[in-house]
Amino acid sequence: MSGIYIHIPFCKKACHYCDFHFSTSLQYADEMVEAICKEISMKRDRIAGNVGSIYLGGGTPSILPQAALQRIFDAITHNFSVAGDAEITIEANPDDLTPQKLKELKALPVNRFSVGVQSFFNEDLIWMNRAHNAQEAETCIKRSQDAGFENLTLDLIYGYPMLTDEKWLNNIAKAIDLKVPHISAYALTVEPRTALAHAIKTKKQTPVNDSQSAEQFIILMKALTEVGFEHYEISNFASPGCYAVHNTNYWKGVNYIGIGPSAHGFDGQNRYMNPANNTLYIEKLAGNKLPEIVEELSLNDRFNEYLMTSLRTMWGTDLQKIKTAFGNDFLEETLHNLRNFQDKDWLLIDENKIRLSQNGKLFADHIAAELFIVND
Amino acid sequence: MKHIRNFCIIAHIDHGKSTLADRLLEYTATISQREAQAQLLDNMDLERERGITIKSHAIQMNYKVGDIEYNFNLIDTPGHVDFSYEVSRSIAACEGALLIVDASQGIQAQTISNLYLALEHDLEIIPILNKMDLPGAMPEEVKDQIIDLIGCKREEIIPASGKTGMGIPDIIQAIVDRVPAPVGEPDAPLQALIFDSVFNSFRGIIAYYKVVNGEIKKGDKVKFINTGKEYLADEVGILKLDMAPRNVVKTGDVGYIISGIKEAREVKVGDTITTVARPSLDAIQGFEEVKPMVFAGIYPVDTDEFEELREAMHKLQLNDASIVFEPESSAALGFGFRCGFLGMLHMEIIQERLEREFDMTVITTVPNVSYIAHTTKGDEIIVNNPSDLPDPSKLDSVEEPYIKANIITKAEFVGPVMSLCIQKRGIIVNQSYLTSDRVELVFEMPMGEIVFDFYDKLKTISKGYASFDYHQTGYRKSDLVRLDMLLNDEPVDALSSLIHRSNAYDFGKKICEKLRELIPRQQFEIKIQASIGAKVIARETLSALRKDVTAKCYGGDISRKRKLLEKQKKGKKRMRQVGNVEIPQTAFMAVLKLD
Repeated sequence: MSGIYIHIPFCKKACHYCDFHFSTSLQYADEMVEAICKEISMKRDRIAGNVGSIYLGGGTPSILPQAALQRIFDAITHNFSVAGDAEITIEANPDDLTPQKLKELKALPVNRFSVGVQSFFNEDLIWMNRAHNAQEAETCIKRSQDAGFENLTLDLIYGYPMLTDEKWLNNIAKAIDLKVPHISAYALTVEPRTALAHAIKTKKQTPVNDSQSAEQFIILMKALTEVGFEHYEISNFASPGCYAVHNTNYWKGVNYIGIGPSAHGFDGQNRYMNPANNTLYIEKLAGNKLPEIVEELSLNDRFNEYLMTSLRTMWGTDLQKIKTAFGNDFLEETLHNLRNFQDKDWLLIDENKIRLSQNGKLFADHIAAELFIVND
Repeated sequence: MKHIRNFCIIAHIDHGKSTLADRLLEYTATISQREAQAQLLDNMDLERERGITIKSHAIQMNYKVGDIEYNFNLIDTPGHVDFSYEVSRSIAACEGALLIVDASQGIQAQTISNLYLALEHDLEIIPILNKMDLPGAMPEEVKDQIIDLIGCKREEIIPASGKTGMGIPDIIQAIVDRVPAPVGEPDAPLQALIFDSVFNSFRGIIAYYKVVNGEIKKGDKVKFINTGKEYLADEVGILKLDMAPRNVVKTGDVGYIISGIKEAREVKVGDTITTVARPSLDAIQGFEEVKPMVFAGIYPVDTDEFEELREAMHKLQLNDASIVFEPESSAALGFGFRCGFLGMLHMEIIQERLEREFDMTVITTVPNVSYIAHTTKGDEIIVNNPSDLPDPSKLDSVEEPYIKANIITKAEFVGPVMSLCIQKRGIIVNQSYLTSDRVELVFEMPMGEIVFDFYDKLKTISKGYASFDYHQTGYRKSDLVRLDMLLNDEPVDALSSLIHRSNAYDFGKKICEKLRELIPRQQFEIKIQASIGAKVIARETLSALRKDVTAKCYGGDISRKRKLLEKQKKGKKRMRQVGNVEIPQTAFMAVLKLD
């Protein structure tokens, strides 16, 4: 079943490491919601059949008032047929999840939160320029669970300079104690044009150390799998069966439409990209035009995307699927490329599936690039 | 012959030679304004982009004063030190020269050395102060410089502007009045001086010449005295905007000859054409074989493309006889060619032409000059490649080429220019103030020191206010060593260089640091070392890559990341492997630009 991604481009504060598209001014929030609802209705023909997942990301969707969120959901239900068991996720920051907010969210069709915890240490949160404190990080999860939102995932970050291995183990333990069915843990990535990148460039901040990041990734895999989480994608861990439906569909090549500035969509063949510019986005839609750019994917592009995303998951890359979906030449070349890995312990190959070993997970990009098929 | 005026233009790059030339062509109605595609004389793309004339050309203009029609032959000259021999031959074909000086910038080193060449050949100099329209023009100061230099009268200097057309009629009149007509014996055996040649894919090599004595006729059997080769003059003529065939080109005139020559190598600038039927016994003085000064390896980025590269090099040689090459192989780079160039600009031009005209992307190795090694056995070996240097145990001594470098700069930059030259093992031999603010410095320097980045550095430290010219003065004994680079103990032959011992430590350290920056980290530690013989003189370590995995891979990340990895994969295809280390092509080039 297809998915809908909606990008809410507003945040209270700019986290130093973040390069997602957002604005810290809510001045045009009404116009934005209006534009989003219009885009939803203009794309109503893009999904045939039921919608299996809806994901409100950002930015910080929880920053929007109840009425605005209600309008967006109304637009969705008015234009699409949403499956009864659809996964409907909203990204929320701990400071937004007040008792009042939870009550409001309860009135919406939302059934899953993705909470941007990042760390349970105050000094880390300050360093990241997060809007919440350590206390809120913990209580908001419990409060949400008490309000009946059991299907939670929380985000953690590792590999940043002030995170010792000990603190990292502490954060992981806290997350486990909170009894959430899903945890996403991301290695800090220095993205260009962020405050963090600038601080490193001007030597106000020590650069990120990949040795530390690798070590903490290993700690993470060990700690979470030991308590029964499945490492089902590089940065995602879930209790058995509790995989994120929407995100998993990205890696399985399922169709989805993207709504909102900077949102992307995929129809199985082409990718659609909205401009990462609020004003432009609002103006276009006010003129009844879709602001999207289409990127046509060649067979090679689609193969490389399949390879790159599937390899990151515990389900692995299916050689049989390569043959049926891309043809024998692709299979042959893949088998040929696989020979480069014979003397390394990075890949597990069985039942026609290629999976990453624990060591291989540290080099997923390198491996994917090696297995890519590119034309000169 | 009385009404022929042969002249060239001496000017520094950017002093407006081409624009002024276009004005002359317009004024004499040789071209209409509409035809005057900006800067007509420079007709290679590359030339127009770089604003310099790489290869000389010639064009004839006709101009009537009363009933008398004058034939002006403008012989264009290249404006870069790499091509100074060609300049000397063009000058030798003229009786006069327009000395163009930018009124806002004053005289530059290149102008001076070409001016001296012109004076040596007794050319009549017509000084022109160009770019008078610029707000920064300082006509009086620059006039002082010109008077100092050539000892002309103040009123002989013509103020002009190629942009506005100012002064053009005065220049034309001065050419008529002041440039002497050529002198020659119409009845003598043919002697024609070849000053340039071009390659035409339909007609072969077209040689440009000035008839010094006698005349050349269509259908003549001609002989090139220095090469000793004979051809049939299929077509002769004069050079208008296009070639204009004539039955005869007479004494004093400038023309072309087409004789079915296929390779540029057969037509040597400076050679003399005579007839087989009535040959001249002497060649015109001043012929030299052009010798390459700078050598470097050129390798295809894609090792499969060696044959294509060979083909491309041969085609390049068809119209650029000054490039020489022979096959060589490198453990790091595979099969390629050791190429000789006239200078660094020439090397860059060849590299760019390979890319533009032949779609060949190449790796160029560290360039070096030509050394002479003396072995203990008493043999003399020409070393054009670091790997040719004999083993230290068999090496008695090495000689390296020296140059005399002329640098003209503003007084305020004398200090930095001196330190740069001294750092490059230069010895100052003269310093003179051209004006209160302009200084000419003369150094003796090893040529090997200017091969790397001397000119760039000179421009930087002088904020662009330094001009530079040089000529070779001979060989001197020198303490030269071969500096080898090792990656995880494997030597990378393509990174070896020949260098003076006193510079080896500093240079080795810098290369190690640069390689550490440029070689991507791999899954193991990489030891980077510089060594002289078995002795390691510098070392850096590139730590192992521990992790190479994207954290987030959702909606929009997917195609972005795919493109990134595809780029990485393509880049990797172009990397070269030495031992277990993968080296990007940029690393082979980067040693050229170390600071």
